[in-house]
Amino acid sequence: MADAHVIETGDLRKHYDGVEALRGLTLAVPAGSIYGFLGRTGAGKTTTIKVLLGMARPTSGRATVFGLPVESPQSSVEIRRRTGFVGDDKGLYDAMTVRGMIRYTASFYPQWSRELEERYLRRFELPAERGIKDLSRGMRTKLALLLALCRNADLLVLDEPTTGLDPAATEDVLQALVGHAADRGCTVFFSSHQLAEVDQIADRIAIVDRGRSVLAGALDDVRAAYRRIELVFDRDAPDARFTAPGVVRVRRKGRVLSVLSSAGAERIVDEARALGPVSVDVAPVALKDIFLETVATED
Amino acid sequence: MIFRPNASSGVPIYLQLMEQVKHAIETGALRPGDQLPGIRPLAEELVINPNTVAKAYRELEHDGVIELRHGAGAFVSGAAREKKLTERLRAGQTIVAAAVDKLRARGVTEAEIRRLFEAELARLTAGGSRG
Repeated sequence: MADAHVIETGDLRKHYDGVEALRGLTLAVPAGSIYGFLGRTGAGKTTTIKVLLGMARPTSGRATVFGLPVESPQSSVEIRRRTGFVGDDKGLYDAMTVRGMIRYTASFYPQWSRELEERYLRRFELPAERGIKDLSRGMRTKLALLLALCRNADLLVLDEPTTGLDPAATEDVLQALVGHAADRGCTVFFSSHQLAEVDQIADRIAIVDRGRSVLAGALDDVRAAYRRIELVFDRDAPDARFTAPGVVRVRRKGRVLSVLSSAGAERIVDEARALGPVSVDVAPVALKDIFLETVATED
Repeated sequence: MIFRPNASSGVPIYLQLMEQVKHAIETGALRPGDQLPGIRPLAEELVINPNTVAKAYRELEHDGVIELRHGAGAFVSGAAREKKLTERLRAGQTIVAAAVDKLRARGVTEAEIRRLFEAELARLTAGGSRG
């Protein structure tokens, strides 16, 4: 049970001076998954990561990593020993060279892999003797990722790993991540607001909005469940009320009625037919549209 | 052979990958006994989740399209050779069934579907005689 889910939270809350950053977040991250943690800026992604890694104390609720409670100082040390983390500031020292930063980091981790270090140095084309202060943003990210990967961690926690990278560098980073996950079978938990990359490499997702998880599950199940049903009428679209479950949102625009469903599209189609449309179109929904519809509901 | 799943299409990637492997077999790009790329290299090449590749391979094995040999990798099933014609027809049937399902979901009636198929075949024949 403890190892089935690498990360688990239940009703997790975090208030900073008057701000409710997390408002009852519930998450379950299965071992071996590449888990995309999606949300708009300010949705609570970074706060969640800080709580998981013992950098912030939750106000209430529970959170465990590897089955260990995040609040206990001893287990937090153990969690961080087994976790590779790349945060927003990348944790690099400007005064060091690339090689120096690598040697310094390696000295803390007995499981450090020299083989991986050489592989990723070559692959990311990192200039070993260059000073960190002279690295481009893309190189800083790649170096931070190298430092996290070479530790042979059981869990990688990455906070917006590709922010500020160009498309080629983004692809390099994602490719390294899927290759690494396939080789080591480690769990990857990465926050992002880049839907395309989550769509590409995640097998599980959670969408967090205003401190709560509003959608979570296997990405393939989400893709299979969501449908957009578009009805065209020969008159203004009726103000229809659907009783079938799974209706997420109904939009009316002129002669078109557009229904986003999260399950049971067939039943909704049956109901829709009764309204007498001239055409009914059922289409898959891209994650981007699911995201936009899900996080916009409270506006 | 080149697989190219489209992550943003809304169709599960493992299904796209399965279709692309089947298509490669139908066109002869993959033949019985040919080895498929390993899970890791393929995941890395396509920059997709390794679990997704594993799932596609499992489902393809279940469908009898490929064989997973312990420790050796994934191979196009040998049965495809003898039953080339039936396989082809069965594959065709799958495609037709999927198309019919989609059309019905869009509210096209059976009679209309029949007309569409006939019209398309007629259009192809007409195009062929011209070219």
